[in-house]
Amino acid sequence: MLEAIQSALSFLPDGLVTLLIILLKIFALLLPLLGAVAYLTLAERKVIGYIQIRIGPNRVGPRGLLQPIADAVKLMFKETILPTNANLFLFILGPILTIGPAMAAWAVVPFDDGLVIADIDASLLYILAMTSLGVYGVIIAGWASNSKYAFLGAMRSAAQIVSYEIAMGFALVGVLLAAGSLDLGEIVNAQQGSVIQWFMWPLLPLFLIYFISGLAETNRAPFDVAEGESEIVAGFHVEYSAMTFSVFFLAEYANIILISLLTATMFLGGWLSPFEGILPESMLTGGGLGLLLGSGIHWLLLKTAFFMFLFLWIRATYPRYRYDQIMRLGWKVFIPITIVWLMVVAAMVVGNVGPWFD
Amino acid sequence: MNTISNYIKSLFLIELMKGLILTGRYFFKRKITVQYPEEKTPMSPRFRGLHAQRRYANGEERCIACKLCEAVCPALAITIELEEREDGSRRTTRYDIDLTKCIYCGFCEESCPVDAIVETRHFEYYGDVREDLYMTKEKLLAHGDKFEKQIAADRAADAKYR
Amino acid sequence: MEQTIFYIFSTILVLSAGAVITVRNPVFAALFLVLAFFTSAAIWILLEAEFLALTLVLVYVGAVMVLFLFVVMMLDINLTVLREGFARYLPVGLLVAVIMVAQLVYIVGPARFGLDKFPAPPPRDADYSNTREIGLVLYTEYLLAFELAAVILVVAIIAAIALTLRKRIKTNFMKPEEQVLVKSKDRVRLVKMATEKQDD
Repeated sequence: MLEAIQSALSFLPDGLVTLLIILLKIFALLLPLLGAVAYLTLAERKVIGYIQIRIGPNRVGPRGLLQPIADAVKLMFKETILPTNANLFLFILGPILTIGPAMAAWAVVPFDDGLVIADIDASLLYILAMTSLGVYGVIIAGWASNSKYAFLGAMRSAAQIVSYEIAMGFALVGVLLAAGSLDLGEIVNAQQGSVIQWFMWPLLPLFLIYFISGLAETNRAPFDVAEGESEIVAGFHVEYSAMTFSVFFLAEYANIILISLLTATMFLGGWLSPFEGILPESMLTGGGLGLLLGSGIHWLLLKTAFFMFLFLWIRATYPRYRYDQIMRLGWKVFIPITIVWLMVVAAMVVGNVGPWFD
Repeated sequence: MNTISNYIKSLFLIELMKGLILTGRYFFKRKITVQYPEEKTPMSPRFRGLHAQRRYANGEERCIACKLCEAVCPALAITIELEEREDGSRRTTRYDIDLTKCIYCGFCEESCPVDAIVETRHFEYYGDVREDLYMTKEKLLAHGDKFEKQIAADRAADAKYR
Repeated sequence: MEQTIFYIFSTILVLSAGAVITVRNPVFAALFLVLAFFTSAAIWILLEAEFLALTLVLVYVGAVMVLFLFVVMMLDINLTVLREGFARYLPVGLLVAVIMVAQLVYIVGPARFGLDKFPAPPPRDADYSNTREIGLVLYTEYLLAFELAAVILVVAIIAAIALTLRKRIKTNFMKPEEQVLVKSKDRVRLVKMATEKQDD
């Protein structure tokens, strides 16, 4: 399909064609992503409603399916309020700096073997670097708002994100030790074989810690002290309204999807089929049933959807952590456990412990 | 031994899993949402909604302007003025309830010796402007005339408990 | 093409580095420093040092500068007090600056760092991983320096903790690890009692 577009555009200069194709790829990724973000908000309200034995939004469209569109239209037509004493430049920059890295991180995410926008060598590191930039949006927004609540939220969030990044980074070090590569595609390929080969089993503590740190990194319940709607009203985005406000939420939900997808990629074998090694090879290849049971993007999306559901499920279940407990959990529990398990993983890799590293 | 089991419990997130399972079970429970305009919950005959003034069967208004309701009203929402009518009876010239002040406590209804001021089951009303929520005597009597059947039935149902 | 990109990025880098020391607002200064780090990471990527570039973003931009900003935002800096005695310290400052520039020119100048001494690295093929190369060099040739750096960092951490750690008396500090261990049977005692005789 790419070749067809390339030949159709051949009257243009070479550089321009490359640029257009890159832009096209970005659109092909971002449009479904933003759609997924919009419908994740609906899913969140529905899932939490169901858990609280309510039915959630059901008025706009059949079973409430048009609710995100109604929300988007409402947010677009609202007035963007700019506080008088706020630093306007930074006030506007805050949401931009939040959504920019959240979207940029998607560039290196592989959806299938070779299905990736930018196939770079150190994609794992790139994702870590991009997600670590997201904190600037929060901290700048909180400071520029010139409001106590916003500032408190920003401070809490900055400390929290920086602390959990360490645990998250260590968990990822475990993954790259096990896979022997920083490339996400190769990490998935290293898990080939069967369900047992998935890194979830040898790296179980790191898997749990990565996911929980992901909750903390995205400021989701039960680690949502930065937002803390019941104490500091909405934390760093109290002063934001309309589109500037919704941009924060776009970024938050894009990050949720990213974390879910990365967990699925690094610990649950990404696009690999769980039937590998169980069903005979002939059933996994070829058309028809083979397309469904064999490896492919649908498995990745399914695993991602599971983790996204887990995000919502956890939000509906647990009360918010107290701030000192968050810090204790990050520094005194997660980091020691990850370091210990890193040694275990290193020993397993060196000692060729089966069935994973033989 | 106890310490070890505690460590295992917290490391393997046993208690967190229990919580997730509990909420997960609720996910599949029957939903109890009442979809309001189409479905309504049952309502007690004692429901305290919009106010109304009642009349006797012969069309004479019940209120005798005793001002008990005005005195008892905790929100000072009731204003009454009175005069002697030609036939010598004591009647109100003005009986206003400011619904923006009213807290729907039902004290006026309780205090009324002649069951003139009552609160009805009617609660789905609104006002575009403030005046719409300022109930004058005419409006209250009109409500009374409109809902008299229901008001009388509710009083009868509740009579044995008074 | 590569040259244009390099010049664009280096212009941004020089300008933002200048802005770090000239802007009045300390928060802006810290943000310009972030921009400087970020652009230098971009220039490193141009040099095909993507591991170092991403590490720079991850460590300096993602963590260190966040803490910097964190502190700068909490400070209530009075700039007029800071600028007092500017003229008095100017000669000393100028002297230090001149010496530093001279040293830099001597070391980084063309005599030692010229293009003939350090030619541009030959372009590598796509599967060349400089992560692996750095690892190999770091854990063999420079192992001693690496370990020394690690020891110094550990000492710094211990010193920082020792300086700030003090026993606070009379605080209602709660230990979560003790809190989670509390079970209902430790605190609640269910008592079965015979019905008491009622006296009239």
